[in-house]
Amino acid sequence: MIEGILIGLATAVTPFNLMIVVLGCVIGTLIGMLPGLGPMSIIAIMIPIAIGIGDPTSALILLSGVYYGAIFGGSTSSILLNAPGVAGTVATSFDGYPLARKGQAGKALTIAAIASFAGGTIGAVLLMIFAPALSSVALLFHSAEYFALMVVGLSAIAAFAGTGQVAKALMMTVLGLMLGTVGEGALSNTPRFTFGMMELQSGFSFITLAMAMFALPEALFLVMNPGRAATGDSGKISGLRISRSEARSIAPVIGRQSIQGFFIGVLPGAGATIASFLGYAVERNIAKGAEQAEFGKGSIKGIAAPEAANNAACTGSFVPLLTLGIPGSGTTAILLGALLALNVTPGPRLMIDEPDVFWAVIMSMYIGNLVLLVLNLPLIPYIAKILTIPRTFLIPFILFFTLMGSYLGQNNSTELLILVGFGIVATILRFADYPLAPLLIGFILGVMLENNFARAMQLYRGFDFIVERPMTLGLLVLAALLVILPSFRSYRARKRAEGVADGD
Amino acid sequence: MALDRWIALAFITLCCVYGYAAFFTMDDQLPPILQRNPVWPSTFPKILTVAGLVVGFIILFSSKPAANETKKDGAIDLTRLGDYHVGQALGLIVLMLGYALLLRPLGFLGATVGFLFVGSLLLGERRFHIMIPVAVIAAGSIWYLVQEVLGIFLRPWPGMFM
Repeated sequence: MIEGILIGLATAVTPFNLMIVVLGCVIGTLIGMLPGLGPMSIIAIMIPIAIGIGDPTSALILLSGVYYGAIFGGSTSSILLNAPGVAGTVATSFDGYPLARKGQAGKALTIAAIASFAGGTIGAVLLMIFAPALSSVALLFHSAEYFALMVVGLSAIAAFAGTGQVAKALMMTVLGLMLGTVGEGALSNTPRFTFGMMELQSGFSFITLAMAMFALPEALFLVMNPGRAATGDSGKISGLRISRSEARSIAPVIGRQSIQGFFIGVLPGAGATIASFLGYAVERNIAKGAEQAEFGKGSIKGIAAPEAANNAACTGSFVPLLTLGIPGSGTTAILLGALLALNVTPGPRLMIDEPDVFWAVIMSMYIGNLVLLVLNLPLIPYIAKILTIPRTFLIPFILFFTLMGSYLGQNNSTELLILVGFGIVATILRFADYPLAPLLIGFILGVMLENNFARAMQLYRGFDFIVERPMTLGLLVLAALLVILPSFRSYRARKRAEGVADGD
Repeated sequence: MALDRWIALAFITLCCVYGYAAFFTMDDQLPPILQRNPVWPSTFPKILTVAGLVVGFIILFSSKPAANETKKDGAIDLTRLGDYHVGQALGLIVLMLGYALLLRPLGFLGATVGFLFVGSLLLGERRFHIMIPVAVIAAGSIWYLVQEVLGIFLRPWPGMFM
């Protein structure tokens, strides 16, 4: 491990890569503050630039810098304006905004910055400890287990979607898998579902789909409902200092939530949003008496908990991505796509074949967190200014960047028509509360899922691999349970609420 | 019928078309050597079709969860669709389609300046002395970044000049 750390340091601490970390954090923070541009859209926008760099290590360093920056930027706008730019920072606004209204915005932002830093750093340490272990376990996996593991990943994403949403998330996953089959098929290179169109021969572009699913509907929602953005004046920001007793009270919160957040982030499908909500809920339950009553009215613990948890979870979500090649969240799914475009295949072989990529990314996480802290503490008063860009300028630019992102990937204007078409479909799906992240994850995993499935089928001459390999069977049963249990529980709860006898 | 069920119905229709293609059209084109393979290009789509139909029908026929859930702040309430700026959103969609169609004939700079300017105009901005410089500077600097720094070719002027 020490050797790996040294390799990583040597790669990450070149002047060019250091510059890229700083650049990524700045861009991420600035854009992350804009409501409507979450880490997913920002990373999708940055992909053409990252691919333009050419070197996978630098590209991944840039993108992870952007990722951290975006999460931190999102908490800035949740605290100052109660307008979370990122789903993962919604919990931050519960206590951050009340504190800001009491005139202690500076303190709130400082706590957020410090908690983020601690969460990210503890997460990176845990990643270093657990990733190699997970990766050696992953090497025991064959194509049959890979297939089953991806099925587990997809069903976990559906299962964590929330009550009443499981079927919808599953439907979106299947739709994503279907879109993934357009183009040349696995094993045989015959075109499928292209309807004779040359443009579809190589399948849909993943950047186009990512833009269409996230950035475009969000921008259209902002247009339709200006209240969503709630941009306004930044107000006075003062009192950056936190007292010694406050520091002592939030330290254990940060410690607990960094660890908890990391492990939630490791689970495919959970991610920063769930980690931050769960972190907030756990800390509110643990707190006693007056401290508990303060939650929701400007408790400093209420800011520290979700901030530490969401940054640790962001780091945690790199574990399945880097060691198993399975993205746990929409954001890491986009990162996976970028890596594949750069000819790096994340998975158990990554640490062996390309240790410099693996360790440099981990090292850049430390550097990125440090840069974020150093950069943001003095800049806090100025950061809020960007929120005052009028939406009449902001929205055309967001739309333009989505168009550019997908055009640059393919240099083909048919791609733009596909983007707008999917964007309209995605907007309609969002109207009906269909989650869109499962679609993208399904699309990205689809190709790998089918390849592993086809390989397993060939090795075992049919479906026998399901019975012959106990681990595969176990994983598939787990996947089925993940989908069925939440639906069954919500069904029972609904029946009970309706006053219908349960029978037991 | 609620919108989410209409979507489920559309999805089931899509599954039927997809399934028809997978079950009845794809296997005929398969070369004989591949027919000895246990897995065909159509195998996975066939499984997806079945899974899609099952999930689609579950959504279509399952009882609706309690409707008293509070709407998230800033979410769009479909029953009051008229209150939102739907016209502006549609205008922007048309504008994006126009951009897609005009990018090649007009060149990057012309199309982008036009897009940013008309976009602001559609959203109700009328300060032309700000809009025009912002659009021109943004288009120019992005073209410079993409073409000169990143080395991705973007034709700046209309086709007849270059």
